[in-house]
Amino acid sequence: MIVASRPKSMTTAPTHYCPGCTHGIIHRLVAEAIDALGIEGRTIGVAPVGCSVLAYNYFNLDMTVAAHGRAPAVATGLKRANPESIVFTYQGDGDLASIGMAEAVHAAARNENITVIFVNNAVYGMTGGQMAPTSLPRQVTQTSPLGRDEALCGLPVKVCEMLAQLDGPEYIARVATNSVKNVLSAKKAIEKAFRNQVEGRGFSLVEVLSACPTNWGMTPADALRWMDSAMIPYYPLGVFKDKSAKEEG
Amino acid sequence: MANTILMKGNEALAEAAIAAGCRHYFGYPITPQTEIGAYLAKRMPEIGGVFLQAESEIAAIHMVYGASCAGKRAMTSSSSPGISLKSEGLSYLAGSDLPALVVNVQRAGPGLGGIQPAQADYFQATRGGGHGDFRNIVLAPASAQEMYSLTLRGFDLADRYNMTAMILADGTIGQMMEQVALESAEPTRVEKPWALTGTRGEREKHVITSLYLAPEELEEKNLSRFARYKLVEERETDFDSYCMEDAEICLVAYGIAARVSRSAVAMAREKGIRAGLIRPITLWPFPSETLLQAASHVRQFLSVELSMGQMIQDIELAIRCSRPVSLVSRVGGMIPAPEEVLAAIERAAKGETL
Repeated sequence: MIVASRPKSMTTAPTHYCPGCTHGIIHRLVAEAIDALGIEGRTIGVAPVGCSVLAYNYFNLDMTVAAHGRAPAVATGLKRANPESIVFTYQGDGDLASIGMAEAVHAAARNENITVIFVNNAVYGMTGGQMAPTSLPRQVTQTSPLGRDEALCGLPVKVCEMLAQLDGPEYIARVATNSVKNVLSAKKAIEKAFRNQVEGRGFSLVEVLSACPTNWGMTPADALRWMDSAMIPYYPLGVFKDKSAKEEG
Repeated sequence: MANTILMKGNEALAEAAIAAGCRHYFGYPITPQTEIGAYLAKRMPEIGGVFLQAESEIAAIHMVYGASCAGKRAMTSSSSPGISLKSEGLSYLAGSDLPALVVNVQRAGPGLGGIQPAQADYFQATRGGGHGDFRNIVLAPASAQEMYSLTLRGFDLADRYNMTAMILADGTIGQMMEQVALESAEPTRVEKPWALTGTRGEREKHVITSLYLAPEELEEKNLSRFARYKLVEERETDFDSYCMEDAEICLVAYGIAARVSRSAVAMAREKGIRAGLIRPITLWPFPSETLLQAASHVRQFLSVELSMGQMIQDIELAIRCSRPVSLVSRVGGMIPAPEEVLAAIERAAKGETL
């Protein structure tokens, strides 16, 4: 009996991600959600600029890659041009919460019927570990070598809390990838974010807390523990907005 | 049968987009292209099209990128400062070989500049207008009628050559009202087998990207793109000429400057001065061959433009500096009167270079 296999929505290409990086897990969760809904034949993905820029090599789906931060705008164009397609963006924290903040906020405000997978690992990974808009207070990065200084750089952006203030979006949730339990919750949230789009409900964003052992300067195991001890207390997990739950409730 | 009505240049352009089969417009408000958005906001819903006011010029052009990925005819329009913001998207469209129509109804700059007409974005438009090696097909309408006809042509060219076609108009051509014959041509249907429509489980996935990390591959991409550009140069260069058969003084002008120049040439002819006008309709590709041929009988060229001298460089290149080329210009939103241009022609006729 086969108990696990490669999702149809993933290719066989080996990923380029560092050891201990959880992008691979998140890719798989996205692919499993698409498979589970049977929408792989009409799904189009938009990769970002950042570590996951090559995501189009790993998803067995029609894909494009947006300019840095512009994925929600590209996804808007794709979705408006072909409303039958299922369109998702896959974006990192620098991409979505810094350079692409306007595109993310306005896609949410319009309740654009797309799915956004927002991977927050509190650092710019691809360029070598600079401070991100989501880097924690006192977090040491290449561009905050003495630790993120609140007086100099302000405090992190909490994307879910911020977007949940808008009337527009359908579903906003934060999940993590540092334990089996959290991965299973992440799977459910990601599937819901895609199901919402299939049902025409509107903008659904899942923020996925992710590990970056390379740029955090930790072992993979320590990185998962740091998510528990430092990240999750700052970025609490949960559902911040869910219009359909309100209807059902 | 063409239906002739009185309309603004901007409205003619918007109506042409619909006639061309464009059903996806993304834009952001800016003067003096306002009528394009206003017109399409009304018209698109009537015909089941999409009008979406984006959060920024940047977002608007990336929405165009997305709609073009889906295989649809898509456009955005703006004016000078907004085109600067769109330059990122122009580069990505070029790098991904996607068709799009981008409109620049120019105003005076730099910076916030003014809202009166200018032609100071010539370099930006004809040199690509973003990072990396690329070109856009640049069409320069000189009437409301051409706002219509060149928009139809622009969509066709963009689809045929998988690149951006830019309508480079100016505030006067956009704002003025003229008779426009609405040609009732069927939109050209171009197959887009590369589009992102979902695999339907029936084909290999499509990927649209401008990222090529292997330099050999990226070099090859650039070379094949420029081979395509060469075809555009050979086939699509277009211009109009007036009184050029025996011209000794050749004015070169596009858009509103060409309208003024034409009047000035007519006045010069009445005075017995052998002046003529070459009006590039495509600014890229530039009608260089035509100018070089004209240099055999022209003594002096005058570049009449609403900028500090941008197109003049292309004229000098075209004729390989074999004749003097003088600049006749007003800037900042000012437009020369025909008499001012006539005075320049008269000076040139006396052998003075300006």
